[in-house]
Amino acid sequence: MENFSYSRPATLRDATAQLGKEHGRVAIIAGGTDLLGEMKDELAAPARLVPVRHLREMQGVRTVGAGLRIGAATPLVDVVENRAVQEQAPLLAMAAVKVGTPAIRNMGTIGGNICQRPRCWYYRNNYPCFKHGGSACFSALGENDFHAILEGGPSFIVHPSDTAPALVALGASARIAGPGGRERIVPLDAFFVTPRQDVRRENVLQPDEILVELQVPNAPAGSRATYVKEMVRETWNFALCSVAAMVTLSNGVVSDVRIVMGGVAPVPYRALKAEAAIRGQRLTETTAAAAGAAAVEGARPLAKNGYKVPLTQATVKRALLSLA
Amino acid sequence: MKHTVDLTVNGEACSETVEARTLLVHLLRDQLGLTGTHVGCVVGECGACSVLVDGKLVKSCLMLAVQADGRDVTTIEGLSGGAALHPVQEAFVQRFALQCGFCTPGFVMAAHALLCANPDPTEAEIRQVLSSNLCMCTGYVQIVEAVKEAAARLRSCT
Ligand SMILES: Cc1cc2nc3c(=O)[nH]c(=O)nc-3n(C[C@H](O)[C@H](O)[C@H](O)COP(=O)(O)OP(=O)(O)OC[C@H]3O[C@@H](n4cnc5c(N)ncnc54)[C@H](O)[C@@H]3O)c2cc1C
Ligand code: SF4
Ligand code: FES
Ligand code: FES
Repeated sequence: MENFSYSRPATLRDATAQLGKEHGRVAIIAGGTDLLGEMKDELAAPARLVPVRHLREMQGVRTVGAGLRIGAATPLVDVVENRAVQEQAPLLAMAAVKVGTPAIRNMGTIGGNICQRPRCWYYRNNYPCFKHGGSACFSALGENDFHAILEGGPSFIVHPSDTAPALVALGASARIAGPGGRERIVPLDAFFVTPRQDVRRENVLQPDEILVELQVPNAPAGSRATYVKEMVRETWNFALCSVAAMVTLSNGVVSDVRIVMGGVAPVPYRALKAEAAIRGQRLTETTAAAAGAAAVEGARPLAKNGYKVPLTQATVKRALLSLA
Repeated sequence: MKHTVDLTVNGEACSETVEARTLLVHLLRDQLGLTGTHVGCVVGECGACSVLVDGKLVKSCLMLAVQADGRDVTTIEGLSGGAALHPVQEAFVQRFALQCGFCTPGFVMAAHALLCANPDPTEAEIRQVLSSNLCMCTGYVQIVEAVKEAAARLRSCT
């Protein structure tokens, strides 16, 4: 790993002042569980690291009005174990506990989790593909077992985060700080970008911006939620497909629903057609199966990831039935 | 540029000079001579480098030494009091929970972290925590047994 300079900013303002306008020259380090892997593999070679885990403004969970404010530098373990999260946004705790292993959740932060880079094998092995500024996608015609079936092209990465689908389902927003105290708030469904919008990046953050906090509205009163993650092993792996589902039933009929999928598209994928299919219905084998089918409508699998279509369909169905 | 990190390792305060890129595991092994913490994959996957930082299980290959500034680190050397083995270590020996032993310090630290937080874990909880670590020899069954045994020993002595 190349050497780099490192100094602890005293405040968030000092941190943003260190960042600069050029992608890749300076990197924000939170837990470092993803970034250090990238640096060791020479995918990233920043001249300077700006640590943020110690910044007070970015730490901890607070209840504000009808929602939660979660500092981006809060370790995942603290999100999982937080009472307010468990009570007000249980879907998020269910998703966060599925990240990696206990050690990863002790070190990794929620902000790092949603800003982590893709796991595409070619990307991680430094092939000169679109993600690295090249002019080809090697997975499109190569090893694409773990790639996107929805919204793919020109890059076919899947978004690897477990917490992102839950946060999108909950209607969360990102509070972002720029230099000089500038701030903006971006709803998470507009935070992630598809490869068509920007093939080099996965979100709207500018090089001089820091994700400061996640603003998470309380789950609707009476709603039920689940996060189902399918992996090649039982643990310690990225999702082949995951489903964050939240429903509200009124007299046994689905009155409100959110279904957001991970591991199947370059962004957390809101399955609007599946939501439409199940809204106004009772949760039964038939209606849940119909929602599963609607969830993968428009899927365009590659040569080796066709299995993800029935897998996703079944996972959506199973997630919904578990909420009946 | 060099950095000074002040940290507590196994109860002793120390001050070390490191490069920004020095990993915590290299500080422990190469500068402090604590070679009980092993290096396997160096990318956070195998758990051989597991230590406790502020009481929490972490992988010391995924942490910069500068990130450990001001923090409290416990390594495998910090578990046993001199010649006497720690009950978790004893249980590993009793239950044949090691063969080559390369992964063992990491498993012992993971088990220790678990038992500090949860003295009476279920098998599922044990398996969940051990999922941070890989072993190429034992097939894990004896390791799970050893952690159960360690839990029983520790409960009976407190
Ligand atoms: C063995 C292993 C297994 C894993 N399994 C999973 C898994 O199952 N599910 C999953 O979702 N992830 C998994 N991960 C990925 C990752 O470690 C976690 O997602 C973790 O939460 C990342 O958080 P971090 O704080 O360590 O991020 P870092 O490594 O510090 O940062 C990750 C990226 O985000 C940027 N960044 C971090 N914080 C901010 C911020 N506040 N503002 C702007 N940019 C920021 C960094 O510059 C970097 O590019 C795994 C990693 C490993 C090593
Ligand atoms: S899927 Fe994306 S990251 Fe992977 S090879 Fe194609 S362009 Fe590169
Ligand atoms: S050496 Fe740290 S996890 Fe493998
Ligand atoms: S005993 Fe050899 S790797 Fe675990």
